[in-house]
Amino acid sequence: MPTQNNSQAPRITAAALHFMRDDNKKFSPLAVITGIILVVGTILTILRFTQGLGAVTNLTNTHPWGMWIGFDLMCGVALAAGGYTTSAACYLFGMKKYHSAVRPAILTAFLGYATVVVSLLYDVGRPDRLILAYPFVVQQGTTSLLFEVGLCVLLYLTVLFLEFTPIPLEWLGLRRARNIAVKLTLALTILGVVLSTLHQSSLGALFLIAPSKLHPLWYSPYIAVFFFVSSIAAGLSMVIFEGSLAHKAFHHRMGTTYLEEHPPLVLGYAKAASLVLFGYFMVKIVGITAGDNWHYLATPYGVWFLVEILGFVALPCFLFAMGSRNKDIGLIKFTAALTITGIVLNRLNISIIAFNWHLPLDERYIPSWMEIALSIYMVTCLILVFRFIATRMPVFDEHPDFKEHHE
Amino acid sequence: MIHTLQDFMLHTESNTYILMGVYLICMVGFWMFLTHKDEEQD
Repeated sequence: MPTQNNSQAPRITAAALHFMRDDNKKFSPLAVITGIILVVGTILTILRFTQGLGAVTNLTNTHPWGMWIGFDLMCGVALAAGGYTTSAACYLFGMKKYHSAVRPAILTAFLGYATVVVSLLYDVGRPDRLILAYPFVVQQGTTSLLFEVGLCVLLYLTVLFLEFTPIPLEWLGLRRARNIAVKLTLALTILGVVLSTLHQSSLGALFLIAPSKLHPLWYSPYIAVFFFVSSIAAGLSMVIFEGSLAHKAFHHRMGTTYLEEHPPLVLGYAKAASLVLFGYFMVKIVGITAGDNWHYLATPYGVWFLVEILGFVALPCFLFAMGSRNKDIGLIKFTAALTITGIVLNRLNISIIAFNWHLPLDERYIPSWMEIALSIYMVTCLILVFRFIATRMPVFDEHPDFKEHHE
Repeated sequence: MIHTLQDFMLHTESNTYILMGVYLICMVGFWMFLTHKDEEQD
């Protein structure tokens, strides 16, 4: 269609010029810190891919999974759960009042999963094999839960990309392609929920192979259920937390619909998160009972477990309920941050702190500063890409040309 | 006393079933606590 292409050309050019716009010419302290992180991260990246894992990590054969798996992958996947929870609430459960939160949640989930894949590249190495889909085409490990996790993440990242595409297509003014992408929304949402259910639980199920290595208070035959249920709470909390951060950074970019729908969304999500955390707390107690592990609570690891389960599950459950009852948005936002901290703590406990718990301290894994720096580097890149997209594309507001299409 | 796997399973499963009963009752109470003010406003 040459006519249509000609009419779209100025729009694409304008969008491309907008793309290159530099709206922050001053060097603020934050920009300087970001620059330092990027420079150090790039140097460490070169070091990791040229000198190997040993040059930048403290990983050993006893501890082959470290910071990048425990934090970037485990926490990244859990905290990106806002994508499937929000799109399921809106499109599957018919809660259209949460529609304006779908785009930010999908964008966060997409970038979160992209970071997960990148962190896996750092950990596994051989990026050439991942690009060629080597593990899926040449050498499948179909008996491994990691194969299932990898396949689900691959497919879900594709699904999230397709769910995300209406945003750049609206930005570029490609109406026909955007309409096709929007028509796929329901099917993609169903696929996203199915894939998320599978791999969120499978990440926990990975640890079923190590009952003697993981502390009994964290190990359970129900660990897959723990991971899945806690991911829902993480997703809901992440949408609340991210929304409150976005209000500070992108308030000028937010449309009236988003601003009007945000307070009821926070209250609704707080109530849902409270219920989910209540259920999560109970299944954790069932896990201890089923393994008859009550006596471990009187040990130092038991005290640490109680800190996690009471301070970061039971307390947020109660605070979310109080915030929802009293319509206290400030309390809810604080509780969302507390819940996210709790989920991160839980994943680190399982993958690092309570893993190989019987070994003496000098044989335990402690991440090197370079592993931590690279994790910060990956999160910084995610935030920068999010900022780039959110300041240019219709994420928090409706594109004026497509306003009538938004339900 | 627990001597066999059968004893262990009976012990833990019994406790789990009791706990689940308590949980279901607590769940109703928690739901009422959570939605009480909404119902008052309606």
